[in-house]
Amino acid sequence: MTQPDRFNEFVAGARDTIPMMIGAAPFGVIFGTLVTSGPLHLWHGQLMSLAVFAGSAQFIAVGLLAANASFVVLLATTFIVNLRHVLYSATLAPYVAHLPLRWRLLLGSMLTDEVFAVAWAHYRRHAPGTVGPYHFLGSGVAMYVNWQIWTLAGLLFGAAFPGLQSLGLDFAMVATFIAIVVPQLVAFRYIAAAVTAGVLAFLWQDWPYKLGLLGAVLVAVAVGVVLSRPGAIRQRAMEATR
Amino acid sequence: MSYVLIILGMAAITLLIRTTAFIVGERLVFPPLVRTALGFVPVTVLTAIIVPMAVSPHGNGAELTWRNPQLVGALAAVAVSALTRRPLLTIAVGLATFFVWQGVVLR
Repeated sequence: MTQPDRFNEFVAGARDTIPMMIGAAPFGVIFGTLVTSGPLHLWHGQLMSLAVFAGSAQFIAVGLLAANASFVVLLATTFIVNLRHVLYSATLAPYVAHLPLRWRLLLGSMLTDEVFAVAWAHYRRHAPGTVGPYHFLGSGVAMYVNWQIWTLAGLLFGAAFPGLQSLGLDFAMVATFIAIVVPQLVAFRYIAAAVTAGVLAFLWQDWPYKLGLLGAVLVAVAVGVVLSRPGAIRQRAMEATR
Repeated sequence: MSYVLIILGMAAITLLIRTTAFIVGERLVFPPLVRTALGFVPVTVLTAIIVPMAVSPHGNGAELTWRNPQLVGALAAVAVSALTRRPLLTIAVGLATFFVWQGVVLR
């Protein structure tokens, strides 16, 4: 890949992430605002965005710190809340397996919900190993820089933006995810898995630490796997007779 | 307890979760069942994230009504995506519907 190609891929990745950046902006500001009302210094809040870069976990951590939760509780909570990222890196692993370790570490460190969605939507159209890492990198860097800027805005001017949540900017994320998911619903097993995930995630949304989300995904994936079995068997039979 | 230590601990755990499958690299070979399962991850996880946001945007029960702009915008986006499969058009129509609904229709 030539230098301009890399740059174009990087820019395309960042561009594909723009709706997600809009969607994450209010959360960054609200996170920064929350920090100012808790026991943390402003620079602690920015450090958390720089080092952890995980919205949900950061929100919960600020709440727990305000309640004087212990070190162990905070780490355990972070682990549970972010556990779904294991699924993201497992799903994308075949597409980055050929890269040097430093590349894999860099890309993995930026794997948020949004970056996963954008990276996967790009990779899935190609065979593993045929697409370079620059699109993924562009998406991750865009999301990371965006998160830092809006965290800082919240830390410094959070009190000046009351009612930010009521603007509904997070709907940009909903629209983008729909644009990625709906074209994937090409067979009954995908539709069934998606419906299961949506219904259970709604019913279980009050479970603590995002466990309802994780549970809904695990059950929905199981539904998809069960529905895949007859098809898989038929395919294997076809390959055997070839 | 030092806040910096807590933050760095959170960062280490998050990094570990995100990179473990990547660190293994080419030695990581999933059995067919796991590969099938991972094929359902994107569709299920993205749906699981957005359905509660669209159906109960205020987090207190389902708002299955035309007065819920998140739901109306999401349904418009689903329709456009199903008909055209064009991501940008889907996002544009979904956002436009949402903001028009929230700012004009419900005003």
